[in-house]
Amino acid sequence: MSENKFRVVSRPVRKKDAMQLLLGKPAYVDDVTPHDCLVVKVLRSPHAHALIEEINTDIAMKVPRIACVFTYKDVPQKRFTMAGQTFPEPSPYDRLILDRRVRFVGDAVAIVAGESEKAVDKALKLIKVKYQVLEPVLDIHTAKNNKILVHPEDSWRSLCPVGADNQRNLCASESCGDGDVDAVLASCDEVVDHVYHTKACQQAMMETFRTYTEIDHYGRLHIISSTQIVFHVRRIIANALDIPKSKIHVEKPRIGGGFGAKQTVVAEVYPALVTWKTGKPAKMIYTREECQIAGSPRHEMEVHVRVGANRDGVIRAIDVYTLSNTGAFGEHGPTTVGLSGHKSIPLYTGNLEAFRFAYDVVYTNMQAAGAYRGYGATQGIFAVESAVSELADRLGIDPVAIREKNMVREGQVMTAYYNEQADACALDRCMERCKEIFGWDEKYPVRDMGNGKVRTAGVAMAMQGSGISGVDVGSATIKLSDEGFYNLMIGAADMGTGCDTILAQMAAECLDCSLEDIAVFGADSDASPYDSGSYASSTTYVTGKAVEKACEQLKENICAVAADLLNCKPDELEFAGRAVRRIDGTGEVSLFDIATKSMCGNSTAVEATVSHSSPISPPPFMVGMVEIELDRETGQVDVLDYAAVVDCGTPVNPNLARVQTEGGIVQGIGMALFEDVTYEPTGRIVENSFMQYKIPTRLDMGKLRVEFESSYEQSGPFGAKSIGEIVINTPSPAIAHAIAHATGVWHRELPITPEKVLRGIRKGQE
Amino acid sequence: MEIKLTLNGKPVTASIDADTLLIDFVRDHGCYSVKRGCETANCGLCTVLMDGTPVLSCSVLAARAAGHHVQTLEGLQEEAEDFVGFIADQGAEQCGFCNPGFVMNTIALLRENPDPTDDEIRAYLAGNLCRCSGYEGQLRGIRAYLDSRKGAQA
Repeated sequence: MSENKFRVVSRPVRKKDAMQLLLGKPAYVDDVTPHDCLVVKVLRSPHAHALIEEINTDIAMKVPRIACVFTYKDVPQKRFTMAGQTFPEPSPYDRLILDRRVRFVGDAVAIVAGESEKAVDKALKLIKVKYQVLEPVLDIHTAKNNKILVHPEDSWRSLCPVGADNQRNLCASESCGDGDVDAVLASCDEVVDHVYHTKACQQAMMETFRTYTEIDHYGRLHIISSTQIVFHVRRIIANALDIPKSKIHVEKPRIGGGFGAKQTVVAEVYPALVTWKTGKPAKMIYTREECQIAGSPRHEMEVHVRVGANRDGVIRAIDVYTLSNTGAFGEHGPTTVGLSGHKSIPLYTGNLEAFRFAYDVVYTNMQAAGAYRGYGATQGIFAVESAVSELADRLGIDPVAIREKNMVREGQVMTAYYNEQADACALDRCMERCKEIFGWDEKYPVRDMGNGKVRTAGVAMAMQGSGISGVDVGSATIKLSDEGFYNLMIGAADMGTGCDTILAQMAAECLDCSLEDIAVFGADSDASPYDSGSYASSTTYVTGKAVEKACEQLKENICAVAADLLNCKPDELEFAGRAVRRIDGTGEVSLFDIATKSMCGNSTAVEATVSHSSPISPPPFMVGMVEIELDRETGQVDVLDYAAVVDCGTPVNPNLARVQTEGGIVQGIGMALFEDVTYEPTGRIVENSFMQYKIPTRLDMGKLRVEFESSYEQSGPFGAKSIGEIVINTPSPAIAHAIAHATGVWHRELPITPEKVLRGIRKGQE
Repeated sequence: MEIKLTLNGKPVTASIDADTLLIDFVRDHGCYSVKRGCETANCGLCTVLMDGTPVLSCSVLAARAAGHHVQTLEGLQEEAEDFVGFIADQGAEQCGFCNPGFVMNTIALLRENPDPTDDEIRAYLAGNLCRCSGYEGQLRGIRAYLDSRKGAQA
């Protein structure tokens, strides 16, 4: 980091909760809620598609210590969506808490609550279900317009015009573009035309989904949940239970990781129903297996890319068609897919004459997908970046050079990104710096190690957004308290990312105080100001700006109280951190005394709440370069070195930004090399535990090097954009690129396992 | 069945079901630092020390701990405080859910090998999964701690 004009912002301070977490203090849902509550579990469907003909719970109900067993006959018949999105949600209303039709292996069939886990487990086994087994839709290619419908019901509803049609298994469908893409491609010297396939990877946050519910002393439903979206949970649970929103209070304690998984109301509905119906406290803790088979993973996508260029490497047209698999329910289906084009094509704004982006999102009888870090951009960037690297190879141009020739640069209007202008863009500097620290010219393309192993390098670029433009709302309440400390209340959810800390850093910067003077609270649907929630890379950029504005307003209120004390007008005063001074230097009053005055005979609130929303979503940019060692005899790929340079605007806390980047890269390495999701012909997921679903360990990631090349985003707080999501986007295309140079085979389906690498080598030798 | 064991230095006598797992036993006795991240002994979150040796409490029957000395992070606060601040200084705690298991195993590592190399640290802690940090910051933190200790000795 070069010069730092800030005092608290841009400093690598400790996370406010760090020591509590590192010392294992009780902080998470199951640590801070009672244990003598009902245990809630769900009976899950063994069939991918079936109708419940009969369901008998009589014997299950007779198990001692069982409180209730609910089936589809016991739930409200109004459909809702579990997607945590701003109302009206683009995601269709296609869920009931329990439905007579089950739509994937693992779909909920019945809810059992009892006083002990053993009793509940026993009761689950004693529910007798007779299914009419139906043929499932398990092939994404034939899902659209299939005669078998995943959602034939009349009560299915789509609230927004996203091209959804349940009678065609369509969750969303759209096409957009600029210029005549077919004509430009036809006139190009070279066109790369391939289909890329990414899987329904799991967020695999260490804390599984979990929720505690009770009736509070006002008779309201009190929900303590591991969630990124307290306000959306309030609305969604009210919709699901068909009760007034005013009856629900949601709070989150510490969250053991989210990555988007907890932007969907996965576990909350079950204990909520139990508590609302029985009046008793209840808790649901998902098993890891349930997370793997009935969670809210990444959307599986097939992305068909056509990239056209002239012989000199000028990229003139990009055509992207994405087929996205939303699974049995449409959560985040209509929205994730958009990013697969809108956050990949604009990377090549430089010389782009035309683009087209079209998509279909189909229902299938597979696990419903949801939100996962990267949110569609990850899938699209794997496809487009792979295609561009292949294009460079065909043209005999260095893959870094072709990117430098065509990348988006500051000031350009990104037609494929809703015509937003790249006001703050250091992508060019990221590339230059990454090339330097990685040693691209020495490592690219291939070094034969002479022992059957080769070392090769790959590169990729990425972008993301900073919040959902014109939609996301971030808010902050800041108030002056005893002796001059401040309370900062937010509705954004710190899920380990450190937003409580970075928002406090911003407040401390604005209020010219120390970080210890800011006590942060969040998130609680009764007590926090409204916030859409922590998703879409919104918190730093959107909520951060709300904090900045709230502090400015609070200073005015503080000056008003000080004016009373100094017998002058507020405009004769200036806020000076620990005191308010008369501008002419004739007097001052300490913040301590103002705080004291604010609690005695005072009628000016020393408190301010500000909401903020942005009409634009400035993209962060990033370059990643990887060196791998590939064993040509076994197909084993080891990541030796990963260098990344990120432009997230001003990094508000360089330590946390760095660890976000490192964590995202390692998650991306898992997606590229091992994390697979496969289905048996019956529709059952094979990778249903960490035994089969391998996430990276410390031995799988090689050396990581992260640097920042910051642009300054004028519309963001202290010049900041976002960091949380973009960081997962470069490993897949960079690693696929490196593997292609080691073996001569382009792998277009993830993950690229040793088996696939070896088969590729053998096929190439035939 | 009834078992007697020592939990964080205190004698405990309890009546348990024969199939009670050690993780559930210690949580029932207020040791909430011990976390369950999987059911298949793959994540390392539930690591506790039994007679000083790290074990996965999700894969040990509570009955097996009878007569033994079990320690959780609740009982090793001072030993942990020695080094976890260095991890906090890297921002590598992140969501924190994996921290207790990882810290317990680091305590075991440092008792066994007070001056490990980076590769020895990676290998010893390989069974402790973390989905947030990408591991590198945790390593930097431990390294900074070891370096500071050497500095103090010098």
